[in-house]
Amino acid sequence: MPELALGGGVRELRFRDPERARALSRALAGLCGRIGRTVSVMHVCGSHEQSIAKFGLRSILPKGLNVIMGPGCPVCVTDVPEVDEAVALALDGKIIATYGDMVRVPGTMKSLGDAQAEGARIEIIYSAAEAVELARDTTEEVVFFASGFETTAVATAAVVLADPPPNFSVLSAHKYIPPVMEIVAEMPGTRVEGFLAAGHAAAITGSDIFERFVEHHRIPVVVAGFEPLDILAGLVKLVELVRDGTPRVVNMFPRCVSPEGNRNAQARLWRVFRTVGGNWRGIAHVPNGNLRLRDEFAPVDARRRFEIDVRRLWNHAPATLTQACICGDIMAGIASPGGCPLFGSECTPDAPVGACMVSSEGTCKIWHQYGGHPDL
Amino acid sequence: MCLGVPGRVLEVRGQTALVDFFGIRRETRLDVVDQPVAPGDYILNHVGFAIRKIPEAEILDTLALYELLLREAEGDMMAADVRGEIGAAPPGGEVSDA
Repeated sequence: MPELALGGGVRELRFRDPERARALSRALAGLCGRIGRTVSVMHVCGSHEQSIAKFGLRSILPKGLNVIMGPGCPVCVTDVPEVDEAVALALDGKIIATYGDMVRVPGTMKSLGDAQAEGARIEIIYSAAEAVELARDTTEEVVFFASGFETTAVATAAVVLADPPPNFSVLSAHKYIPPVMEIVAEMPGTRVEGFLAAGHAAAITGSDIFERFVEHHRIPVVVAGFEPLDILAGLVKLVELVRDGTPRVVNMFPRCVSPEGNRNAQARLWRVFRTVGGNWRGIAHVPNGNLRLRDEFAPVDARRRFEIDVRRLWNHAPATLTQACICGDIMAGIASPGGCPLFGSECTPDAPVGACMVSSEGTCKIWHQYGGHPDL
Repeated sequence: MCLGVPGRVLEVRGQTALVDFFGIRRETRLDVVDQPVAPGDYILNHVGFAIRKIPEAEILDTLALYELLLREAEGDMMAADVRGEIGAAPPGGEVSDA
């Protein structure tokens, strides 16, 4: 196995405890050696990918272990028609408040950034509460184009429940992670043998939520934190479970995640939202994968409050570069950015073709900054 | 965006708390936190909302990653996400006199 480069300078920052990193790396190599074939495991979190790429973890993983990023970037899986809805509302004169990365995600013909260039008012916000403040300060309609997984949807639920002003509404593009794990687990060609679940999303749902998944799919799930050592320790546990053929849920991040999760947040989340099936960009139709406002919140639901005419955005054929984009295969774990002919040439963070190059949680943008397999 | 950031509660003002994030004072909403919080507690903030009270025994381990990241240059993507999370909470002002 390769020696860990844990010398002075910058590399000293890579691991808080180099001894432990070495021991974990050795344990992984031993486990993979005994399994004797390639094992693929998937994580579903942009922050995990950032940490893996930033700290160069792939360069110290054994050859027999393939760690893939799945659909863990909520911006990336926001579907084209959802962006079209936001663009249509923006061009219709509504103020669109949204998290920064959403502005550049391509719709059928236009992104919100394009709409802004045509005079639409797009406000970048960092918190759902800011979108509400924006509405309080104006008489115009403010539509919060809300993206993110359950962790972020909780904040949206909180502002919907906190009596927002009448000119505030939500266009929900929120997604729910557990159902997409089912889809990816069953995709032919992916052959994922274990999942590393994202720590902060699980802080809301709790680790118990994965029990049913493990029972149905006989694939282990390990909840892991974001520090390089957390991730290595999570991988060791996951590969152990694969080796032993004993699929179960193991919470390796108890400092953040409890078995039952944050009950208060769950109560608010499910009071405001229900799950419906819908397309995730590049992935598939995901039953129960989208979070939409319940009927009783219709007055706050932009989809019910406004006639959203997206057809007028569909005048031309889609650009050919977009058709060559393989974001979907990358998020399904059957291709990596290096296998995309556009990566780093026609598609860069400054001029993204696909959504995976737009968001700081997208595999392509992360690999573009840190490299996927850096030489240490 | 799914990486929250920890901070120390300075003051609780109804449904919001004044929180110190590595030297930056911000207001965080308490609507969805899992347990009641008091000054001195550490919470995990995500998009302007506290989503978890961090158990006391876990505070040092939790802070370590962020202390490391916040030493990184402006251009670092993961550090920028953490700074963005701190920015998500509105400025908090001074601790009021008790």
